[in-house]
Amino acid sequence: MRIYAAFVYLFLYIPIGVIALFSFNAGRHASQLQGFSVQWYGKALKNPFVMDALQTSLTVALVSATCASVFGTMAAVALQGMKGPVRVGFDLLIYVAVMIPGIVIGIATLIGLVTLFDQLNPALAAIWPGGAPPQLSMGYGSLIAAHTLFTMALVIIIIRARLAGMDRALAEASSDLYATPMGTFRQVTLPLIFPAVLAGFLLSFTFSFDDFIIAFFVAGSETTLPIYVFSSIRRGVTPEINAIGTMVLAASLVLLITSQVLLRTGRRRG
Amino acid sequence: MYRTGKRSQIMSEAGYTPPSATATASPIAELRGVTKRFGEVLAADDLNLSIRAGEFLSFLGPSGCGKTTALRMLAGFETPTSGEVRLDGAVVNTLEPYRRPVNMVFQHYALFPHLTVAQNIGYGLRQRRPKPPRAEIDRKVRSALEIVRLDGFEGRRIWEMSGGQQQRVALARAIVNEPKLLLLDEPMAALDRKLRKEMQIELQNIQRRLGITFILVTHDQEEALSMSDRICIMRDGRIVQTGAPRELYDQPRNRYVAGFVGTSNFFDGAVTGLDGGTARVAIRDGIVLAGRALAPVAAGQAVSVSIRPEQIRLVRAATGGETGWPVSILNRIFLGEHTEYLVKHESLGEFMVLTPRQAELSDGPFNAGEQLTAVWDAGSALVLDKD
Repeated sequence: MRIYAAFVYLFLYIPIGVIALFSFNAGRHASQLQGFSVQWYGKALKNPFVMDALQTSLTVALVSATCASVFGTMAAVALQGMKGPVRVGFDLLIYVAVMIPGIVIGIATLIGLVTLFDQLNPALAAIWPGGAPPQLSMGYGSLIAAHTLFTMALVIIIIRARLAGMDRALAEASSDLYATPMGTFRQVTLPLIFPAVLAGFLLSFTFSFDDFIIAFFVAGSETTLPIYVFSSIRRGVTPEINAIGTMVLAASLVLLITSQVLLRTGRRRG
Repeated sequence: MYRTGKRSQIMSEAGYTPPSATATASPIAELRGVTKRFGEVLAADDLNLSIRAGEFLSFLGPSGCGKTTALRMLAGFETPTSGEVRLDGAVVNTLEPYRRPVNMVFQHYALFPHLTVAQNIGYGLRQRRPKPPRAEIDRKVRSALEIVRLDGFEGRRIWEMSGGQQQRVALARAIVNEPKLLLLDEPMAALDRKLRKEMQIELQNIQRRLGITFILVTHDQEEALSMSDRICIMRDGRIVQTGAPRELYDQPRNRYVAGFVGTSNFFDGAVTGLDGGTARVAIRDGIVLAGRALAPVAAGQAVSVSIRPEQIRLVRAATGGETGWPVSILNRIFLGEHTEYLVKHESLGEFMVLTPRQAELSDGPFNAGEQLTAVWDAGSALVLDKD
């Protein structure tokens, strides 16, 4: 059992380790180690295409994670107060949303939005009061929307777990002490679920930042970092790609570990 | 379970008179025909009750009897299915909890874990609009902490406090708002026995000092008897009887109340004859017991004759004038001030006798297996509705 586990971990992590290792390669080939160097990191950070893609990725991740946290918190709190089949139905849909493969979300969002835009653009042009009517198209908006949809489900699940562990009497006590429902949310519920909200935000950020599949379909003319990496691999793998990958990996790990720590401390303080 | 402590407590209330000036004033809260259904379950069934300003009232009953539902309807967490909940004369059936001048001490305290002790206590004050000045909030919080004897604990975190201290914080958080009603939902359930005793005395002192109307929900008869001005005995969603502890003890409406308030021996039978307020009840084997009927009974009605264990005496030989019942002693438990005997009569079966130490100095103690005579005054036997 232990030896199988060791093999599983080896298969999982050796390629990742190799990528990180070769990012420090002094040579220009990704298959041959020729001494230690950090030159590829410098090159990657100076590459305007990489920085452009990074900026797109960060913007999309930040906005979609913020939207997912806000809407996800609202949905989780609302669901907590619901009863019976409606709640069960919503819960089921949320779990389904998490389990749907990214490629399905990507294709569905692409087809859905393109169809919608085809209908909306002529209509907008018809009612636009003057000048050139705006053309709705794929891009930042669709990227953020698709990522928000997917990561919101994660946020809801995380916050629902936290809310379920919270003593219901706390909200009642707050209400008994003259706090309006909004006051109770602001002064009791939100502070108590905040670690979960923050963890959800970080997780959403990581998912959005790392996502390639959904972004590939809905990015339109925008290039996110994963899309850039994918396209540059077709032009040959250089250690620069390894350096980008290692940086993304490090950032993601930091965010994931932070979110886990948040969830744990939140639970202990309960 | 039989406990001896409660009897002396009931008697100790003799020196204290419940607030009588309020008896004529209009009630501070009222339940009028209040019914609450949860789906198929009838949690509260036609509750009628007037709560007087300044009194200490307890809802007493086993779990699931509807006492907590009654409390939650007063707090505003539940809306009655029918009937009226009134506060200060106004119907408040659907008034939100945060609009009611009522505060609650929750069973598990429900203190806010992310706030300090002082912030917890000041929570209700901070919700007031316009918001009171900070100095005033601080002053009130400090005085509430003094009342519950936790001065100096302002900056503590909730999880740094013991269970008893947490309960005091919960109490302070409620009384600092000077509510019209203070609701206590089994507040002592999580405390150990010794702490509970202390808190009971302290709660009573605080209630009398502040003059706030306290409504306590409990399943602990001892707690209800020792603390309350009045007790409302509940069962299956209904109020069985409401009255002062002594009244419930001396004049229980039925067998349920007699069994719930104190301990009693019950002998089931049917009424054979009536003579003024005295009913004669045929038990079995031709044995007939006489007792006072507090409520009208009819001949043939199935009733229980209730005799409190301390009202029975054990003697070696019956003197004239009293009916004696030959019994044998099955068991003896020494309880210090009292001795409890389990005795058996051939036809009446087993019953309990409580003998004060004073009586045993001359005659007794008796040993298991001894043949004795049990005697009691006919006036101390009560004929009660069996239900």
